Amino acid sequence: MEITLTVNGVEHRADVEPRLLLSDFLRHALELTGTHVGCEHGVCGACTVLMDGAAVRSCLVFAVQADGCELATVEGLAPGGGELHPIQDAFREAHGLQCGFCTPGILMTLVPFLRENPDPSEAEVRAALSGNLCRCTGYQNIVAATRLAASKMREVEV
Amino acid sequence: MKPAPFEYRRPDTVEEVLHLLAEYGDEAKLLAGGQSLIPTMNFRLAQPAVLIDLNAVKGLDSVDEADDGGLRLGAMVRQAAAERSALVAEKVPLLAETLPFVAHAQIRNRGTIGGNLAHADPRSELPAVMLALGASVRVRGPDGERSIGAGDFFTGFFGTALEEGELLTEVVLPPAVEGGGQAFLEVSRRLGDYAMVGVAASVVCDPAGRCHRASIALLSVGSRPMLAEQASACLVGERPSSAAVLAAGHAAGNKDIDPQADMHASVAYRRHLATVLVRRALTAAFERAGCVMGEGAS
Repeated sequence: MEITLTVNGVEHRADVEPRLLLSDFLRHALELTGTHVGCEHGVCGACTVLMDGAAVRSCLVFAVQADGCELATVEGLAPGGGELHPIQDAFREAHGLQCGFCTPGILMTLVPFLRENPDPSEAEVRAALSGNLCRCTGYQNIVAATRLAASKMREVEV
Repeated sequence: MKPAPFEYRRPDTVEEVLHLLAEYGDEAKLLAGGQSLIPTMNFRLAQPAVLIDLNAVKGLDSVDEADDGGLRLGAMVRQAAAERSALVAEKVPLLAETLPFVAHAQIRNRGTIGGNLAHADPRSELPAVMLALGASVRVRGPDGERSIGAGDFFTGFFGTALEEGELLTEVVLPPAVEGGGQAFLEVSRRLGDYAMVGVAASVVCDPAGRCHRASIALLSVGSRPMLAEQASACLVGERPSSAAVLAAGHAAGNKDIDPQADMHASVAYRRHLATVLVRRALTAAFERAGCVMGEGAS
């Protein structure tokens, strides 16, 4: 089935089998391997991407369903590999990752969350992260990094 | 690829959906938000020959005030959209209060109100809310349109009163009444996990301060969401009191429900949770109804 979609601002056309998951389409067809697949049944959150601005699990969407949609993946946060996105910068600074497997999904969860909640409380951050599993950090530094990211982004906007 | 092959159809109208359902019968499966169906397809527990994607169907995603002052929610309204809707918050505060407990934000961005109800997971929050509020669903099928009350809709373990060839199109929630109050509570291992027990309570007090109606719906306590009738009987006609809600909690936990044990909670623990949560939910609901709670028996 023919689909046309935009990923990180670039339009792509592809012929896909209906059963191809969006996560596999991104990784295999477009070679955007920043989107990770962990559980592939909607529990771990590693494959989170933005679909028309909303965070979704790309393992629970078929690629054909993204026809006509605007997608954003972790590769789009720092295009060109130059300056880091403030959320990425905060995660580096506050040690918000260890192995990094869950990080792309967490970053993509946080992009819309911080846009809607520029100054979240710790409880709000923990609730926002509840759909993303991390097996290394114990979450403390992820929460700290998220709040640091929020403060960096507030400064940028002023 | 994880899921087995299937034929994919993406109709634009309800008529086309009904036509496809008639054509393919039980070989077809309807895809709404897909947040429960796609995982089971990824495990190949479900291998539908035909997948009918409802996401392009027009007219199923509106949120409207009903003629009687209640609310009409299209079946394809995303849970996240309902969660953010000012109209939902105004008309059906119990639904707005409950939606944040439904899985995680990423799931609610895709998951739909109608898909959740048609899936009829006994651990899901929304069926309990529908039962507590006395909501109904509109259904279209080969013989036209019909309405099914929530009490008749959930028939068993993942089972509903939907018949072959039928499509759930709309959820209809009754208007708020004077002297009414509701509350939702659940206990889960982690935020967003399936609850070990959850309670949606809706009470109505008459002007004299007596309980006129008490609907107490529980989830994760059996093969389907259910109303705790014996708990209600402790309250109706009585003046709400801490003793009465305590009795209602005990009735719910010990008489109304027949829970199963699983890796998260034993039968005894589920009974305990139901007892405590029913008491707390009723206390909050009566308070919101503006009912003054007495101390002892009425």
